[in-house]
Amino acid sequence: MAEVLVLIDHADGEPRKLSLQLLTAAKQLAEDSGDTVAAVWLGPGASDAAERLGSFGADKLYHWDSDDAYGYVTLPQVEALEAALEASGADTLFFASSNHVKDVAARLAIRVGAGVITDVTGLAPGDDGRLVATKEVFGGEKITESSVAADAKQFIGIASNAFAAEEDGSGAPETVALDVELSEAATAATVVSVEKVASADRPDIGEAAIVVAGGRGLGDESKFGLMEQLADVLGAGVGASRAATDAGWYPHRYQIGQTGRTISPMLYIGAGISGAIQHRAGMQTSQHIVAINKDPEAPIFQIADFGVVGDLNQVVPKLTEELTSRKG
Amino acid sequence: MKVLVPVKRVPDTAGEKSFDPNDRTVDRESVESVLCPVNEFAIEEAVRLKENHGAEVTVLLVGPESAQPVVRKALSYGLDAGLQITDDAIAGSDALGTARVIAKALEGQEFDVVLFGNQSTDARTCLVPAAVAELLGLPSLTYARHLEVGEGKVTVHREHEEGWDVVESTLPAVVSVVEAINEPRYPSFKGIMAAKSKPLEVSSLADLGVEPDQVGLANAAASVHEVRDRPPKEAGTIVEDDGSGSAAAQLADWMVEKKFV
Ligand SMILES: Cc1cc2nc3c(=O)[nH]c(=O)nc-3n(C[C@H](O)[C@H](O)[C@H](O)COP(=O)(O)OP(=O)(O)OC[C@H]3O[C@@H](n4cnc5c(N)ncnc54)[C@H](O)[C@@H]3O)c2cc1C
Ligand SMILES: Nc1ncnc2c1ncn2[C@@H]1O[C@H](COP(=O)(O)O)[C@@H](O)[C@H]1O
Repeated sequence: MAEVLVLIDHADGEPRKLSLQLLTAAKQLAEDSGDTVAAVWLGPGASDAAERLGSFGADKLYHWDSDDAYGYVTLPQVEALEAALEASGADTLFFASSNHVKDVAARLAIRVGAGVITDVTGLAPGDDGRLVATKEVFGGEKITESSVAADAKQFIGIASNAFAAEEDGSGAPETVALDVELSEAATAATVVSVEKVASADRPDIGEAAIVVAGGRGLGDESKFGLMEQLADVLGAGVGASRAATDAGWYPHRYQIGQTGRTISPMLYIGAGISGAIQHRAGMQTSQHIVAINKDPEAPIFQIADFGVVGDLNQVVPKLTEELTSRKG
Repeated sequence: MKVLVPVKRVPDTAGEKSFDPNDRTVDRESVESVLCPVNEFAIEEAVRLKENHGAEVTVLLVGPESAQPVVRKALSYGLDAGLQITDDAIAGSDALGTARVIAKALEGQEFDVVLFGNQSTDARTCLVPAAVAELLGLPSLTYARHLEVGEGKVTVHREHEEGWDVVESTLPAVVSVVEAINEPRYPSFKGIMAAKSKPLEVSSLADLGVEPDQVGLANAAASVHEVRDRPPKEAGTIVEDDGSGSAAAQLADWMVEKKFV
């Protein structure tokens, strides 16, 4: 019986939604192979989160309570995770395939000789005991299956919303404090301050179940208000095309596409977005796609499950109104 | 100040745009290859370091001989020299294999800052910059939306889901940049002409002292064993609005039916 490790990405003391999805995915695979799941929590807050991590599948919890985890750039997390890997003897690490976490995985992989597969949307046990990881490449045009060589540890980065997070009712996991002594190199890059500018009551587009996105067709910055109102009835995140972020109507971190974020929510609603290939590269793996565009020839309609040919200035507020009354 | 800019050759995404989504036979050979657009932001940042700090900038590309126009293209923005690592043994490397080659090439150079793109438009793993930093034992200041290089010190704003972290580090350091960092200018005619005669060195793995068993398809820790097309999407429902927004009611019905509300 072996342990598999799950690195928990968290914000404000709460595990991110994707981390709970990782735990459930790891738990299901571990049940088949007779393995157990150990979560790793870096930074303060582990004891408050333990119960919740247990109920989503963690049998054990390695933690390092130091503020240093996020006080310096990336390396303290790498070194603490390395300590967890050593303590556990795990051959498999699951991590959130999001930007800053990928850095931790990449650096640790070099240290311990692991193979890394990012943006994984499906997992199955292979014949040789290795995991077979499914991922979508070329902006969702192709699907590949890959695995890590037998002589390397397997680091698997999981995409948002690919697995459902399920509570299995288990209690708090056994906790193990990690003993971490940082190298000198680990403190060479300091985090001076953290600037949080995102709205706290709207979910991040990377993990939201529903994302509402606006493009050039909005016409000006103020029209993002329409999108935000729609988003707020749905509990959705708000994204944008590059035309909209380039125009300065919405910040770059909300850009969806080839040079922005890749999202795969349950539902994507695009308004005033033509569906250029570079935009599709970031959203075409969404489970359902809705397009609102006045041009019936807009390429986004080719991938839409539901399309409305019409003026977004009419359709979007009306949709918000309809949804509000249906909810009420 | 010395700056290194690793750039990648990628298939032109826009080139694929003309392909019929129903006709799934994508002929990759016919797709034009370009300098990865994300690298243009790193190049622009390097040009600014030249202008403001007199930096000397070398472009580094790992790729086949046929990728040389991409190095010249990068030089046309006014950068100083090119270094290309070409070797048949490199073909099929995974991200960490590529990182090993880049790190070895960097070991032979003097530099204060390495300026990557945060991702490449084709592989999009984002693994290379952090892996290279690890191999060199340097800080990885990735996803920079703002960069300032001072005396022996670099400040970066690292973009994340909620905003950004302001981070400070000693030099040398590895930086990767996101699109938000700047607006790249176009190469000038003078720059394009000058690029043709800028020094461009081509090295093999043996020149770098990399063992062939560190890289390449056969030695990739992560490898792909199946590629298939995404199943075609069923045609959706398209409704036309009559100008009053009434189609919104149909859309709302559909959303209720699909349990989004
Ligand atoms: C290297 C590179 C990288 C790129 N990366 C990205 C990326 O990451 N993300 C991205 O999104 N793009 C990216 N692009 C840009 C991409 O090619 C498109 O230019 C961009 O996606 C277009 O944005 P848009 O759909 O909002 O605007 P447009 O293509 O101009 O479309 C606007 C749409 O709005 C519709 N419209 C106008 N008025 C109304 C109205 N009143 N009601 C309803 N509909 C209306 C129009 O019919 C039109 O279809 C990239 C391009 C390059 C070259
Ligand atoms: N073959 C290569 N040669 C030089 N630089 C590369 C190469 N591959 C990737 N890079 C750099 O690494 C960055 C991130 O790429 P990736 O990790 O593939 O998403 C790119 O923007 C380039 O700066």
